[in-house]
Amino acid sequence: MKPKVAFFDFAGCEGCQLQIVNLEETILDLVSQVEVVNFREAISERGEDYSIAFVEGSITRQADEERLRGIREKASILVALGACACTGGINALKNFQDMEEVRRIIYGKRSFYFDTYPTRPLQAVVPVDYYIRGCPINKNEFLKVTKAILLEKRPEIPNYPVCVECKLKENTCVFGKGMVCLGPVTRAGCEAVCPCYSSGCEGCRGLVDDPNTNAQKEILQKYGLTLEEAVGKFRIFDGYLEVAKCPI
Amino acid sequence: MPDLSMNIEHVTRIEGHGNIVVDVKNGEIKKCQWQVVEAPRFFEAMVRGRKWDELAHVTSRICGICSVGHTMASLKATEQAMGVTPSEQTVTLRKLLKHAENFQSHVLHVGYLVLPDLLGVGSVFPLATTHRQAVLTVIRLHHLANDICDLIDGRTTHPISCVVNGFTRLPDLKALEKIKERLTRAIPDLKAVMEVVKSIADRLPAFERQTEYIGLKSEGEYAIYDGKIASTDTYPVEEYRSIVNEYVVPQSTAKYTRHSRDSYMVGALARFNLNYEQLTPLAEKVAEELGLRAACYNPYMNSIAQLVEVLYSVEECIRLIEEILDKGLKREDCRIEVKEGRGVGAVEVPKGILFHEYTYNKDGTSVWRPTV
Repeated sequence: MKPKVAFFDFAGCEGCQLQIVNLEETILDLVSQVEVVNFREAISERGEDYSIAFVEGSITRQADEERLRGIREKASILVALGACACTGGINALKNFQDMEEVRRIIYGKRSFYFDTYPTRPLQAVVPVDYYIRGCPINKNEFLKVTKAILLEKRPEIPNYPVCVECKLKENTCVFGKGMVCLGPVTRAGCEAVCPCYSSGCEGCRGLVDDPNTNAQKEILQKYGLTLEEAVGKFRIFDGYLEVAKCPI
Repeated sequence: MPDLSMNIEHVTRIEGHGNIVVDVKNGEIKKCQWQVVEAPRFFEAMVRGRKWDELAHVTSRICGICSVGHTMASLKATEQAMGVTPSEQTVTLRKLLKHAENFQSHVLHVGYLVLPDLLGVGSVFPLATTHRQAVLTVIRLHHLANDICDLIDGRTTHPISCVVNGFTRLPDLKALEKIKERLTRAIPDLKAVMEVVKSIADRLPAFERQTEYIGLKSEGEYAIYDGKIASTDTYPVEEYRSIVNEYVVPQSTAKYTRHSRDSYMVGALARFNLNYEQLTPLAEKVAEELGLRAACYNPYMNSIAQLVEVLYSVEECIRLIEEILDKGLKREDCRIEVKEGRGVGAVEVPKGILFHEYTYNKDGTSVWRPTV
């Protein structure tokens, strides 16, 4: 029997689920190996019986915690899909602000209609089995991880920095172009796509397990850049970790 | 009219979480609501204090489907605030990206999301068996549209290389030449898709109601990247707040809008109704074949207008690539002088008109400017 797979999303842009559609011709091979029973963005059926759940987005209100716990109870494997689900992602930019004020800026006097609390990644609410990182996810990595799960193997997720992949691509270091880059401490797996397009890494995949913060500091110093500039950039996708006192 | 109680919680095959609630008793509509119930994300607050050169990368994350459009509206708003006019080369590359996004998104909607409805199945997956050729053609088109974005800005979702006043990396001309060949081959593919849609287009509900349509209008072309706000009249983009008139309702985390009527419609059908005279000949022909005539008041015909726009976008992509190949691409200095100011940027994304407005301090950090 084919494994039953479901897709769900919380606060996010749904761009990670779009990367699965962007597998183009390969998606036909993939769906021939599984039974997709719940995928609101693409199918009308809504099966509640599934073993693998892919969950995009972060948790920003009480009601969503309950929905996520329900998904966790049904799924034997829960995969966090993308930066919002893995680290809180861009949504955690509001964690540095007063929640009342944040609500008032958007909804004015009617802000009491809609509840929100500081953004959390999925693992702050339920246990997560695997992480497919990035904003958006890399579709090749999605395929690699999914294949491993279907073969009941543990997927290999890089635990080395983006600099490694960047060097393999033979890119000119973007620090030389005066840009701040978080490649020295950010987990690889994106094929160094931002430096390949002459842009500094923004850390959307989170940190490697044991980040070499000295190397990051040294290179910033070498190019006359400040730690504040790097931390400011890190906050775009990893603000949740910053508040959680993760070292950089 | 029979009594009716309908509560569709989370409408499927759309982006985002939306409910439709209808309650009819004794021939009277007691309730008829579109509820957007997804978690709000508060971008207007989140961009406060961020730097001018970060905003496009932050705000592209508003939407995974139209992140190219959000990037463009964002860059245009920042450029207006800083008094910067991007080069002709930059604008040409941006238009190419906008058309590629329109092409990709419309093919996705018509091919993956609407076709299953017309063929009476729950998703595109069963069609891979019953209508394999059509599905493979749709995928081939979708793939091509994504490849254009990948080549120019690194990826379709959350562009990398388009920045304020230019591009950090320019596309390879040989690769553009290859894309142009594939675009030319895409026209017969699109005609095949059109024939499939035509054969079942009579299944689209014949539902019509007078509607106000709003979109961009430009003198020079069918507006996608630039123009003035148009309804029955045109308005400068800077006055967008008087057109959009956002208001908050308890059932929807997304704000509602209204202009001359209770609501207005944006997107492909709005653009078609406002700008059909500026379509390219092939797109016009497809509109005629599929029975789409302005002014059309049937919202279901939006999918047909999308197909018409795909033809237009493909023809525009070919024209823009020819222009680039003819003139060549040169590396440009995108540095700007940072200053304080306010700017509004408007573009047409696949699903409709989009505005970004920013106010910057002297050091180029964004500040919140209250609506009232």
